[in-house]
Amino acid sequence: MKFKFLPHTADIKFQAFGNSLEEVFENAAYALANIISRDKIKPKEKKIIKVRARDSESLLYDFLEEFLYLIDVGGFILSEIKNLKITSSSSVKNNKTLYNSELIAEVLGDSIENYNIEKDVKAITYNDMFIKKEKEKFICQVVVDV
Amino acid sequence: MENIDVKKINNVTWKIEKSGKMRVPVIIFASDILMKKIKQDRTLLQASNMATLPGVVKNIVVCPDAHEGYGACIGGVSAFDLDEGVVSPGEIGYDINCSVRLLRTNLTLNDIGKRKKEILHSLFRTIPSGVGRGSKMNLTKKDLDDVLREGAQWVVKKGYGFKDDYIHTEELGRMNGNPDNVSQKAKSRGIGQLGTLGAGNHFLEIQVVEKIFNSEIAKVFGLSEGQVTIMIHCGSRGLGHQVASDYIRLMEKKYRWPEQDRELVNAPIKSELGKKYLSAMACAANFAFANKQLITHWVREDLKHYFKDIKIDVVYDVCHNIAKFEKHFIDSKEKEVLIMRKGATRSFGPNREEIPEDYRNVGQPVLIPGTMGTSSYVLVGTSKAEEISFGSTAHGAGRVESRTRARKEIRAENVKSDLEKRGIDIEAGSFKGIAEEAPEAYKDIEEVIKVSHEAKIGKLVAKLRPVAVMKG
Repeated sequence: MKFKFLPHTADIKFQAFGNSLEEVFENAAYALANIISRDKIKPKEKKIIKVRARDSESLLYDFLEEFLYLIDVGGFILSEIKNLKITSSSSVKNNKTLYNSELIAEVLGDSIENYNIEKDVKAITYNDMFIKKEKEKFICQVVVDV
Repeated sequence: MENIDVKKINNVTWKIEKSGKMRVPVIIFASDILMKKIKQDRTLLQASNMATLPGVVKNIVVCPDAHEGYGACIGGVSAFDLDEGVVSPGEIGYDINCSVRLLRTNLTLNDIGKRKKEILHSLFRTIPSGVGRGSKMNLTKKDLDDVLREGAQWVVKKGYGFKDDYIHTEELGRMNGNPDNVSQKAKSRGIGQLGTLGAGNHFLEIQVVEKIFNSEIAKVFGLSEGQVTIMIHCGSRGLGHQVASDYIRLMEKKYRWPEQDRELVNAPIKSELGKKYLSAMACAANFAFANKQLITHWVREDLKHYFKDIKIDVVYDVCHNIAKFEKHFIDSKEKEVLIMRKGATRSFGPNREEIPEDYRNVGQPVLIPGTMGTSSYVLVGTSKAEEISFGSTAHGAGRVESRTRARKEIRAENVKSDLEKRGIDIEAGSFKGIAEEAPEAYKDIEEVIKVSHEAKIGKLVAKLRPVAVMKG
């Protein structure tokens, strides 16, 4: 199972699964895409997504938000993610350790006009968000504002 | 859900006493029926978390339509001391100034008669709605900055409407914001979306005034039985969402976040970042005001084709997700505080200078939309609300069903045919989407209104019945 939806009063909550951090991020993006449209989207156009953050939760938040941005700005909707890479590093500044994660991914998709759109996702939220490793598997949970 | 001790004060009022990290108590306006529903999710926990933020004063207010949100509950109102308090994007909401405008016409239902479907279809074609449908406006970057600075007033200046429109809008359709505080990313999401309705719970509805409860006040608002009204519900679209996300990120970098809930990240009101957020929020609010002003213009233009002598006026335009500096009595002293309303309507009584002159003697109109297919209400703000709820009341019916469940169990086709049987036409971008907006997914609006009226935080004036609905 790549992802599953859970009950929520007002918004939409999902969990995504994966064997690696990369895979769980990919599957979270597919869950988000599934909320927006259940059509089979064609991989016609390619975009590069690049985000940086201080921790994995905010990295996931920013990564997912990129897809909302791509819809609003270019009417682009996701079909497939390729070569998603996450690198983490830490540095020391003023006696404080700063963690930095960077994500780069190629995303393929198509123009939104060609599909049935079910939902407008307004925003990603931190509400109930987690990313954890359980028995060598990664799992994340996200609530989106709709 | 969580075990929170809530005490009943009277038939419509409940209280959570201060405990643990809470700095103030929580007051909830609800009947037994509504409280039972409120207890089904994390509304009360979220309200208690709101009570822990620095500088919060008096108490948290929870409106009758409250339900679980993120960070703060929907239907939550809080007030903050200007020196010690904080501002939190999560207590305002991502859809900044998601709001409602009511238009009155000189038409009756008979005038619309059999052409109702045709008129609805025409509006649906004229006003862009749904996901990914862009604006008909071709804004330059400078135009967008002007919109962010001047809101509905800019739209009127460009010839799309009248001065009277923004006079009858909260904040005169323009809050004090500097577009330099809005990121390029937010601007690029907004530039193609001005004058679009959006999707989800946003709608445009043709209604008829079914019942007047207070004829004296209805007359002041220009409403009479049988009259056709039009309600527009939309917000600041992608621009507002991005402003919220941007400042959540900046605030957590600078100030970290409260351990109870990362979504309650905040910055001191006095800080540079707090001021910048409030300025960017005002810009997003202006975008939403401008949005509804443009839609109003297109409604007028469109209906002119059908009715040569049609007259459409703005009754009022109210904010649902917003922070505002307002004067309130705290410990019997009048004081300026920052009020954050998330899914709540301002409900000022008579004589407040914020209310347009023609309504000032009676109080402001409070517009509470029902769910798709159920009635909406016009209330009037009260002095009592200013005393006990920071001049606030409900903003809608409030959700009750889980959205995932609603999606499965309520079939879109049934929703559509049920509405049509009751004489309500519908046009929607996504018929799958409308299942989630079915009345079954919401609390009973009548119960919400009853509590508002009984608690005297917003008193009944008129009931508006939908006859045609357009959804994104």
